[in-house]
Amino acid sequence: MLGLLRDNPAMQRGALIGPAILVITVFMLCPLGVMALVSVLERGVNGGVQWGVYSSEAYVNFLFERDLDDSLLVNYDYLQIFARSFGQSISTTLLALLIGFPTALWMSLQSERMRFLMIFLVTIPFWTNLLVRNYAWILLLRANGLIDSLFQWLGLTTEPMGLLYNDFSIAVGLTYSFLPFMVLPIYASLEKLDWRLVEAAYDLGANRLRALSRVIVPLSLPGIVAGSVLVFIPCLGAYVTPVLLGGGKALMIGNLIQLQFGASRNWPFGAALAFALLAIVLLTMMVYLLRYRQKPEHP
Amino acid sequence: MSETAAIEARGVSKLFGSGTETVRALDDVSVAIQENEFFTLLGPSGCGKTTLLRLIAGFEQPSGGEILLAGELIGHLPPFKRPVNTVFQSYALFPHMSVAENVGFGLEMLGRPKDEIRATAAEMLSLVKMGDLGNRQISQLSGGQQQRVALARALANHPKVLLLDEPLSALDLKLRKEMQIELKRLQLETGITFIFVTHDQEEALTMSDRIAVMSQGQILQVGTPTEIYEHPTRRFVADFIGETNFLDAEIVALNGGTAQLRIGPGIDVQASAPDDMATGSRVTAAVRPERVSLQPAGDGPGLTGQIENVVYFGTDTTFHLTLEGGGPFVVRVQNREGARRSFDKGDRVAVRLPADALQVLRD
Repeated sequence: MLGLLRDNPAMQRGALIGPAILVITVFMLCPLGVMALVSVLERGVNGGVQWGVYSSEAYVNFLFERDLDDSLLVNYDYLQIFARSFGQSISTTLLALLIGFPTALWMSLQSERMRFLMIFLVTIPFWTNLLVRNYAWILLLRANGLIDSLFQWLGLTTEPMGLLYNDFSIAVGLTYSFLPFMVLPIYASLEKLDWRLVEAAYDLGANRLRALSRVIVPLSLPGIVAGSVLVFIPCLGAYVTPVLLGGGKALMIGNLIQLQFGASRNWPFGAALAFALLAIVLLTMMVYLLRYRQKPEHP
Repeated sequence: MSETAAIEARGVSKLFGSGTETVRALDDVSVAIQENEFFTLLGPSGCGKTTLLRLIAGFEQPSGGEILLAGELIGHLPPFKRPVNTVFQSYALFPHMSVAENVGFGLEMLGRPKDEIRATAAEMLSLVKMGDLGNRQISQLSGGQQQRVALARALANHPKVLLLDEPLSALDLKLRKEMQIELKRLQLETGITFIFVTHDQEEALTMSDRIAVMSQGQILQVGTPTEIYEHPTRRFVADFIGETNFLDAEIVALNGGTAQLRIGPGIDVQASAPDDMATGSRVTAAVRPERVSLQPAGDGPGLTGQIENVVYFGTDTTFHLTLEGGGPFVVRVQNREGARRSFDKGDRVAVRLPADALQVLRD
């Protein structure tokens, strides 16, 4: 057996990659298959599904609602929820980029020891559970919470500012949660940046801003794109933060899906929504790949 | 000198690091570089030549002294406000831009119209003989081509001074020779002051109008290639540029720039000397191997020695001697009559020193 492995490179590769394929198949592809099946079944009366009874009702429901006479009317409710999630994800991505890029730039300019420490600090939030970190934000943002108290103590406000349970608090929570995914890829591409190119730009008459926009940003674009994708996609399906920091007032895709499997007892519709989200994410990824695969790597 | 220098350094010092680990990269350097000059900073690595260049470009700030451009202090100006461009050793071409975009970058920063940028970029590219490669990506170019693009880019917005930081060191020998001629031509055609940094003495001698030889943060001698080669005033200069023999001597008489030297009992020769020497002092004199000739040892007083080794070079033959007094001595003879040689290993010979071949060194 071992001898066979030693002499056969194809077998070696198979043996090395096998466990990963097994894990992906069992824990990702199989559940995905189950969900795909669920999404085309008739819903059960008390939740669950009626096995063996197929229906496209779940997908139809996404865009249409049935009138009393059984004709289909376009229903914008779910599209609105998707649009809201997109808006929230885009603003979170932009906010993360706005904070993440300067952070990464500053990090890349530090001494080697300092950079190591900075990477360490950026990853510290991962040590704690996402739920705990969101509760921490509730303590900070809530009426008469730490931030409100601070502002009132400083005499800037007298009333609670109502920072919690709105789009703002969701954006804060999401940006905070996903910021490391923005910082690290950008830092990775800035760290490889040849600073002599920036010197050359200065030398040829570019001030700091022009050197940034014409040299530093274009050369760190792969990192910026990767970071944006890494923030945008998980934001779309975010569940915990909108519930805790948004107070569940404005539905996001993640909450909507959860509702279908929970209170609404409409598993097929929940599964269909999940696939709609998956389709959008895959589409985004494909655009990204098409845009950046064709360009040759800079040596 | 009434003419204003293109670049003038006045007592410029540069320290790196702090405390006990301070490195003095430049030590009270003063030099004036004229308009339209091809000026070379020559020295071994770590002598401070690149530091001086970076101070002129504005990438570093001097720790002391001042730098003037056309008579004006430029110490307070950031690099992008100095009419000085650099050709970097690594070329530092922008990999995300085409060749033409690279060349046009300086003009783009000046906010010139697109048509003008395109026209000037094309003109500059044809100046460096890269006229039809404007649309190429940088990664598609060879080292020599990148070198030319870097030159075109640095010349495009007509700087007053062009700084070249060992730009030829990454090229192979043949290309390097070609680019030496090319650089000289570009300098003559554009009329821009070139300040060229190199550790290659041949490069310095072939291209420069004047050379400054640097060592340990100081400029030891400034002069034309002929002056530097024929009349080095410092031992380091004589040793660094070309091959040199050193002879211990005593000054017996001085007459203007000429000294009467005694290099051995009864051996007196004429030599060029710096003007601040004193009669009776012990000095070192330098003499180039090709300036002297050999003859069969005679009876009279003279510099004699024994041939230890003979090396044939094709164009020349080099004789390595041990002098009667002890020291080594090298003589190079051109092979005008082919491989026929007049002396062999072991022969006792006399060295004939022409009157102006010796140069008295200051240290």
